[in-house]
Amino acid sequence: MGLDFTIIPSYLDILITGTYWTVALSTLSIFFSLVGGVFFAVVQLNRHAIVRWPFSGIAWLFMGTPLLLQLFLIYFGLVQIGIDLNAFTAGVIALSLHFAVYNADIIKSAIVAVDKGQYEASRSVGLSQLQAMRKVIVPQAIANVTPALGNMMIALLKESSLVSVIGVMELTLSSQRAISDSFRPFEFYIAAAAIYYILNLGLEYGVRNAERRSARYR
Amino acid sequence: MLNAAPPATGRFDMSDPIVKIRGLKKNFGALQVLKGIDMDIEPGHIVALIGASGSGKSTLLRTVNQLEDVTDGEIWFDGDLVNKKLPHRAREKHLNLLRQNIGMVFQHFNLFPHLTAMENVTLAPIMLGRMNKAKAIEHAQQLLDKVGLDDRAEYYPSQLSGGQKQRVAIARSLAMKPKLMLFDEVTSALDPELVGEVNRVMKQLAKEHMTMVIVTHDLRFAEDVSDHVVFMADGYVVEAGPPEQLFRNPQKPKTKSFLHQVFDE
Ligand SMILES: Nc1ncnc2c1ncn2[C@@H]1O[C@H](COP(=O)(O)OP(=O)(O)OP(=O)(O)O)[C@@H](O)[C@H]1O
Ligand SMILES: [Mg+2]
Repeated sequence: MGLDFTIIPSYLDILITGTYWTVALSTLSIFFSLVGGVFFAVVQLNRHAIVRWPFSGIAWLFMGTPLLLQLFLIYFGLVQIGIDLNAFTAGVIALSLHFAVYNADIIKSAIVAVDKGQYEASRSVGLSQLQAMRKVIVPQAIANVTPALGNMMIALLKESSLVSVIGVMELTLSSQRAISDSFRPFEFYIAAAAIYYILNLGLEYGVRNAERRSARYR
Repeated sequence: MLNAAPPATGRFDMSDPIVKIRGLKKNFGALQVLKGIDMDIEPGHIVALIGASGSGKSTLLRTVNQLEDVTDGEIWFDGDLVNKKLPHRAREKHLNLLRQNIGMVFQHFNLFPHLTAMENVTLAPIMLGRMNKAKAIEHAQQLLDKVGLDDRAEYYPSQLSGGQKQRVAIARSLAMKPKLMLFDEVTSALDPELVGEVNRVMKQLAKEHMTMVIVTHDLRFAEDVSDHVVFMADGYVVEAGPPEQLFRNPQKPKTKSFLHQVFDE
């Protein structure tokens, strides 16, 4: 049996469903991993150790263990203590937290690198600490690390395939379904790979646009 | 202006100067940078603060709006004890209000690079609910006009020259309608040909009776613009007086040798 890509159109609907869920999963997780990343970064810079401490625990857990394990823990583990999440939500939470911890590291160094004069100027016009962070420091910090954050987003999109193991009908799982029905692993894995690649191209394009926008003021 | 500093009474009456500094000391760790400063600033006056590098001029300026906290002594602004002991939250609130009334312009501009000139000026008034957006923009337009940059409102700081940046920074610090303006060597980072345009803006403000403290190494400008000159050395005020007296007829040996050094350069 040779390669025959003409089989793919008859499974288009399942691939589209898979793509849809991969996009949904990744978009939500990217959003929350950025918001969480900023939050964790700011928390980590708090001068009170008692505020930093819980984050250190989370960072240790999510940096020091495999994503797959975190996914199992959130999906199967939390049920035991009465938190019953559906697979999609569990996937979003695991991906968001896992990448938020990495993003926080990137954003934290970027915040520290923003010139101290920016903070002083913000405070000197009467902005509060939080307003200075939100309107002046964090936007500059993020703009300065857009490429690094972009790489994390691309990694997230690819890692989202792991969520297939808890049964979310995303791109990887849906191509497996197509394969078990058609017995054509090569064609469908290639198709899935191509779709991931195209999604990543789109993401890269978005990141580069954001970079260009922030380059306007450099 | 600079009086013989009676001991602090802890009270403030209406005839008092807008800024009163009494026995101000500031340490950075073991290093004492301000060693007991007394100073009064009358409303509408222009005070030039001069002295050698490291004498504590910036530190003094920065304690007034509490970018630096003080080790000892009192600073009064507009009837309010600036460095009063407060719990953290109350202190933050107090500082935010204080700083809205005190504009500060920095040597290195510190404009917000991700915002346009217009947005730099309107950020604080909008964020702090001082004006609605339309009113803030209108006011900012007037301020940019005043500093001669009405046609640069939509430019980012990176698209402006040093002199233009500093003029935007002045407009930004005027946006909250402060009662006092602090200038810390605002022309030191500029190419010589750009100094004049910034000095002109300060002179214009002086004409409008803005109360200003100007730290500068440019003694000619100090003499030209100020009502009162304060000479600092090693964390002390050595001598103070009207410019014609301090520059033409200094009394203290330290003042004389400083002026000699600077004017001989
Ligand atoms: N944050 C700080 N930590 C430690 N030492 C400081 C700090 N800021 C200033 N100093 C020291 O305090 C002294 C006075 O500094 P300050 O900046 O007030 O001087 P200045 O008169 O403004 O000098 P210049 O004309 O060079 O600006 C200097 O010895 C300086 O090194
Ligand atoms: Mg200085």
